[in-house]
Order: sequence, then C-alpha cells, then structure tokens
Amino acid sequence: MRKISLPLTKEIIKTLKPGEQVLLSGAFLTARDAAHKRLTDALKAGKKIPVSLEGETIYYTGPTPAGIDMVIGSCGPTTSARMDPFTPLLLSHGLLAMIGKGERSKETSLAIKRHGAVYFITIGGAGAYLSEKVKSAEIIAYKDLGPEAIYRLEVEDFPVIADIL
Amino acid sequence: MNKIINSKLIQNAVKGLFIKANTSLRPDILAGLKDARKNETKEKAIYALDAIIKNAFIAKKKMLAICQDTGMAVIYLKIGQSVTVKGDIKKAVSKGVESAYKEGCFRYSVVNDPLIRKNTNTNLPPIIYTDIAPGKKIEIRVVAKGFGCENVSKIKMFRPTEPVSEIEAFIVDAVRDAGSRPCPPVYIGIGIGGTIDKAVSLSKEAIFRPLGKHNKDRHVARLEKSIFKKVNMLKIGPVGVGGNTTALGVSILTYPTHIAGLPVAVNISCHATRTAEITI
Repeated sequence: MRKISLPLTKEIIKTLKPGEQVLLSGAFLTARDAAHKRLTDALKAGKKIPVSLEGETIYYTGPTPAGIDMVIGSCGPTTSARMDPFTPLLLSHGLLAMIGKGERSKETSLAIKRHGAVYFITIGGAGAYLSEKVKSAEIIAYKDLGPEAIYRLEVEDFPVIADIL
Repeated sequence: MNKIINSKLIQNAVKGLFIKANTSLRPDILAGLKDARKNETKEKAIYALDAIIKNAFIAKKKMLAICQDTGMAVIYLKIGQSVTVKGDIKKAVSKGVESAYKEGCFRYSVVNDPLIRKNTNTNLPPIIYTDIAPGKKIEIRVVAKGFGCENVSKIKMFRPTEPVSEIEAFIVDAVRDAGSRPCPPVYIGIGIGGTIDKAVSLSKEAIFRPLGKHNKDRHVARLEKSIFKKVNMLKIGPVGVGGNTTALGVSILTYPTHIAGLPVAVNISCHATRTAEITI
C-alpha cells in the first residue's frame, strides 16, 4: 500500500487514483459540524480564523476522551455529507484534503475537483482501530466545543481510500 | 407481597449496561461480521471487514469505545407490577448513564436544546421508555445509538391496500439512499403497524433481536428474508467500498393497526450495533 506524508500538495493529489488505498503519515486537523459552522461564519464575516487552512487536511471526527496513558480515545470518521454546505468555502481558503465517511453532494464533489483537492474515506465505525494510528493529539481551537473542538492529530500510517479527486 | 428493589440497583445496572454496550461488541454481531468476511471476495471489502473485526477486539481489550459516537442513551424499562422501587427510578437511570459515560471515557454527544445546541457535558438526558408487566422483576434494555445511522431513518404512512412489494421497495430504497453513511454492513430495524410513533419505536426495538433469529410470524419472517436478499444485492458493501454484505440482518416487529393505515418505519443500525440488557 502506498504511503504518503502530509501535508499534501496538488502535485501529489494528481498522482492518486479514485479507489486507491493509501496510508497517511504526518499531521492533520479535526473538525466537524459545530467547528465548520464557526469557521465559515467567521470567514463570511471577514474575520480571522484560529487555524490556517492553506494546504491543510481536515479529518471529520469528534473523538472520545483519552483514558489514562492514552493519546486519544476512539476516533473514527463521522458522516461527511453534513459538512457539504461548508466545504466549498473552506476549499477556496486553501483546504486541500478531507477524510470522512460516506458520499458527498454533487456540488461539493465538483468543488473538490475544481480546486484539485481530494476527499478520502476511512473505516466508519472503527474508532478504536484508528485510534492506534494517532501518535499525538492537541486541541488547538474552539475548546469550548468539547468533542467538536479542533484538534491537531499526528498520525502514522492512517488508512484511507481516495474517493473524490 | 411486593418485592422491593432499591433504585441504586437500577443505577448500577444501567451504568454496567452502557459500559458493556459501548466497549464489547454483541457476540451475534461479531459472528455476523466474521461470516460476512468469509462471504467477501473483493480486496477492499475484506480489508474493511478485517479492520472492523480488529476494532472490536481492540475496543474490548482496551475497554475503549467501539465507535467514537457513543450515542444518545436510550433505555427500555419493563417494570414488574409486583415490584416496589425504593427511590427515584428516572434519577437512578440518569445517574447510571452519567457515570457510565464519565468513567468509560465515552463522548458527550447530547446538546441541551435542539436549536440552541449547547453540549450538556454529561450525555444527559437519556430517553427512557417504560412499560409494565406482571411479575417481580425489572427488565432493563439499553441502546447507545449513534447518529450516523439514526440520521438515515425513514417513515412512511402507506395506504392499507398497498401490496407488500411496495413496502419492500420503500425499505430497499431507504437502504440505497443511506449509502455508506450509516456504516454498513448494517442491521436493519423495521416497525410495521400501530401509529406513527409506535412504528418508529418498534423499528428501534427490533435490533435487540439476536442476528440470525427471525420474527415468529412466518409471513413476517419471509418478508425479513426477502428484504435481506434485496438489500444485499445493492452491493454497497462494508463501509461502502462495494461487496456482498450491505446488511448483516433484517428484523421486523409488527403491531395491530388502524383500518385506514399502514405505518412503516426503518431505523438502521450500524455494524457497531450497541445494545445490552439485564433482568433484575
């Protein structure tokens, strides 16, 4: 299986094939419904957002809290389609890759292709398995959102399948 | 003489059930996944099922949540008429849920108000259904229901004269529309009859039935088997990568209904179907 280091670039994305299984290593952000709403509300209002999206990968997840001696709890993907209304704006601010589960809307799929970005899927419902791929986790924004806060996760050989690009 | 049960016993039982449901995959579901694994030929479907099966073992070993969406807590209580509970039953259930989610390191996924949406940070309140039965026991059944699959639920009020084939088509369409969002392979709960709320309630309760068992009414069991065959022909496959297993099972519960109606509800449960039950 092909191994890819993060951050991604448009050049690397061009070499991916739909359906290709890849192992990602490096760091990405997490964000789900509430964080997406806040990010886009701020961008629409012309305000600064607490993270840079340039060349960034967002993983749609809201992990369970880490137990004792653990980096993170269970952290599988959530349904990506709920992020569809927010995705085109984030893409226009430099977002390059998303990881989640399930189909995307037609509009979002077109926006992903137009921006030369990529949408990966990973194993839905395998949060315990995926937690073993996470080497460090840190909340970097919107801490008040609890499980919906934005984390930076460092991962090693995180399994994904290229779905839309 | 009524039997006296202390509400603390209910609290501890509820706590134990939610910890078990969230960390230990039901044996029948695990067996269903292993059977599905044998039935797949495509590399990606096998890869996905291997990861899902491995996930169940990791979760059990580490006492880690099977899925990060540890759900909204739904509890079904069947209270014997000859039982007197010492203490507050609903408070005991809530405390049981709260301590399970805190001690189990499960995610708090409940917001205080559906429109204002502030996390309660306790996973409370739960949803509690109560029923009464003869006897001196209390049956407690719990579901930790994730919303990836809850969000693809469907309800339709059919005309009473509509053929069963239309009901089948509606259910197959619901599974097709759901695609990979509810984390296939899924366990499909279906409620037919009653009123709209009764049908929905049955569709959720249906997934308590062990996988592989069928409805005792033969015509309903036939319908379960027929739907099972049809949804697996959709080839959505494990996590949506294509394959032979879109559903692990179909469970239908029915209830008498009105001459003018035929409610049908579909409540899909993901491959991480998390339920547990106990009788005290």
